[in-house]
Amino acid sequence: MKRLLSHPSLVIGLAATLVFLALGLLSLAWTPYPIEQIDIPRRYLAPSAAHWLGTDNLGRDMLSLVMAGTWTSFLVAAVAVAIGVGVGVPLGLAAAAWGGAVEWLVLRLTDFVFAFPAVIVAILITTLLGPSAVNAIIAIGIFNIPVFARVARGGALSIATLDFVAAGRLAGLGNVLIAWRHLLPNIMSLIIVQGTIQMSLGILAEAGLSYIGLGTQPPETSLGLMLREAQQVFLIHPWLTLVPGLSIVLIVIALNIAGDGLRDAIDPRLRQGNSNVLA
Amino acid sequence: MSLLEVSGLSIRFGATEAVSNVSFSLERGERFGIIGESGSGKTLTALAVTGLLPEGAAMTGSISLDGASLPASERAMARLRGKRVGMVFQEPMTALNPLMRVNDQIEESIRLNEMHGATQIEVPYLLKEVGLELRHGDRFPHQLSGGQRQRVMIAMALASRPDILIADEPTSALDLITQRKVLDLIADICTRRQMALLFISHDLKAVAALCNRVAVMHRGRLVETGRAAATFSAPQQPYTQRLVAASRFDVRPPSRPAIGDTLLEVNGITRDYRQGGMLFWADKPLRAVNAVGFSIASAECLALVGPSGCGKTTLAKIIVGLDKATTGDVRLAGTTYHGSDLPQPLRRDVSLVFQDPFGSFNPRRTIADSVGEPLRLEPELSREARQARVVEAVEAVGLNAGMLARYPHEFSGGQRQRLAIARALVTRPKLVVLDEPVSALDVSVRGEVLALLARLQADFGLTYLIISHDLDMVRAMADRVLVMDAGRIVEEGKPAQIFAEPQHRLTRDLMAARLPDVGMAPA
Repeated sequence: MKRLLSHPSLVIGLAATLVFLALGLLSLAWTPYPIEQIDIPRRYLAPSAAHWLGTDNLGRDMLSLVMAGTWTSFLVAAVAVAIGVGVGVPLGLAAAAWGGAVEWLVLRLTDFVFAFPAVIVAILITTLLGPSAVNAIIAIGIFNIPVFARVARGGALSIATLDFVAAGRLAGLGNVLIAWRHLLPNIMSLIIVQGTIQMSLGILAEAGLSYIGLGTQPPETSLGLMLREAQQVFLIHPWLTLVPGLSIVLIVIALNIAGDGLRDAIDPRLRQGNSNVLA
Repeated sequence: MSLLEVSGLSIRFGATEAVSNVSFSLERGERFGIIGESGSGKTLTALAVTGLLPEGAAMTGSISLDGASLPASERAMARLRGKRVGMVFQEPMTALNPLMRVNDQIEESIRLNEMHGATQIEVPYLLKEVGLELRHGDRFPHQLSGGQRQRVMIAMALASRPDILIADEPTSALDLITQRKVLDLIADICTRRQMALLFISHDLKAVAALCNRVAVMHRGRLVETGRAAATFSAPQQPYTQRLVAASRFDVRPPSRPAIGDTLLEVNGITRDYRQGGMLFWADKPLRAVNAVGFSIASAECLALVGPSGCGKTTLAKIIVGLDKATTGDVRLAGTTYHGSDLPQPLRRDVSLVFQDPFGSFNPRRTIADSVGEPLRLEPELSREARQARVVEAVEAVGLNAGMLARYPHEFSGGQRQRLAIARALVTRPKLVVLDEPVSALDVSVRGEVLALLARLQADFGLTYLIISHDLDMVRAMADRVLVMDAGRIVEEGKPAQIFAEPQHRLTRDLMAARLPDVGMAPA
């Protein structure tokens, strides 16, 4: 733990991420104003003591919207990462443990999904099911699957050549147990690092999908949706786009810094130190 | 005045002192060897001489070349390295640029030397000097064998006509025959060019064969220095005595169960690997093992000897059930199998000890978990019985049960190899296949591990199949020797007979490549 905390970028990134996450969590229990409360007379207010970040075109409190939107963004990205890990990692491990036809199939499947951008998948799902936050989660989650499958397979392939895996096979372990006991624990750090990166990409993707109207729908809100509603009045009230825009930028930067720091801290290939020059 | 004078050299990494107070000197044309085990600081000493210490290392003491101390500036140091010091590293593949032809790489090192001659003349001359042909110069490093790559490295080191050649374990990645050739080449060149040699190795025999003066390093300190012959025949310090004793294998236990009936029979095993190509127009398959047949009697110790790439490990994998033979079969205690179809109930009867003690344990699992893993093959055992078996196996290899809760990184290489043996014994197998069981270990623990293996064989009546290229170990351990070359078994016999009258060309080469024992009076 001490080793983890000695990486300044990890500490800064993680702290900033946690601040946003705490804001988002707080919005579940309490926001300064209810976000669905429309109050036309007090619309387009500048930031003041009553409304710290001002109000939007419908008179809703911007701070409350940002808090709720941050939560939506985190939720969508996190569930999408969970889908990616839950489906992709077993696929990747299966490819590495079985090899042969299974590996070929998994690789072609990932190629196939990689060929479609998340937007296309989202449009497809929206056409089938209608726009909603759940559909954004599904679209981004599907997009995450091949990423994690590739990372898991790549990591597992380098582990699978080591002698302890052969020792496991000699001990009568089948492919499932080999993957579970020997491969998965040794690629966890890779997956955690990739998870933070996909988390920030997921937040961007959610913002993008909501912005083009395929993601979160009113009266729910998300950072991308706030951008979409503010763009019509961008020239008159640029503040309304700046607030959600900057929030997205800050969250993504925080996650990326945390991801980089995490990789430095746990990836042994990048670990600093000269422990092996004494030979 | 000495050519190279090192006095009071200490190297620290933060609080730990890796090299402390090392002093030695090297005369012109002298061949000086530094012997030490992994972690003894011998490589760091060499790096300090070349000014290539890794970041974070703090050096004190003085190093002087021809009476002038080493320059402090990196630029001047680089020029000095280019002109006066040549270096040969351990792993020739990573030391050569994979995208440059051999000619160009040698040419580059000639050009970096300021007083270079015409490269068109020098390159062929250097190639010839290290025993390569002109056509090798047009190749890329991956198109050369390990020994040829090491020759290219030597040619590059010679390009600047250095006064000192520093060779850091130049032969430990090579097989026996190649090793001997490269050592002879280095000795040859040093004599011809009147060049001083600083030779760093853990291999006493290589040092004894090559150097006239040696220094022994242990935990960062210089333990003993002296003439090579005197140091090895009458070592003064207890550490050197242990090292010399360990380099001779003398491990036969007094009593052993008598050799019994045939336990394992291998009948015409052939293994083809498909290589390259597409599904239907694949290239001609690579035949790793070619119609091999032999048998092992119970309580026998059979050795399989051969150069790297001869198929001995593939054969071992088929016998233990990790790989599948293309044709042919194996018969173990009356049951026939072809490799990976080894029936589950029989798997407990064969086990394998791997070569590399560092890769053979999962770093995320405790020793108890790893050692007990093969007990899954005996599902009828209760929890307590399993626990008792693991403790029994670990105590049989001379470690105590208190270590079981620890993780692999807390153990040394020798301890891990003991634990690997414990894992192989935990199912009480009949046949244990040992794939180069000691070649990754330091000299001083090799003897211990071999003695342990011999004792275990006597205690449990085990049958061993030892796979190795180390002939001295084979002579100490084996009852019978098979020599393998290019997938075939070319010679078979008792060790004494094979060592005295080798028949096949390969066996004769292997015998000729053996380095003389250290510490013996010269015959």
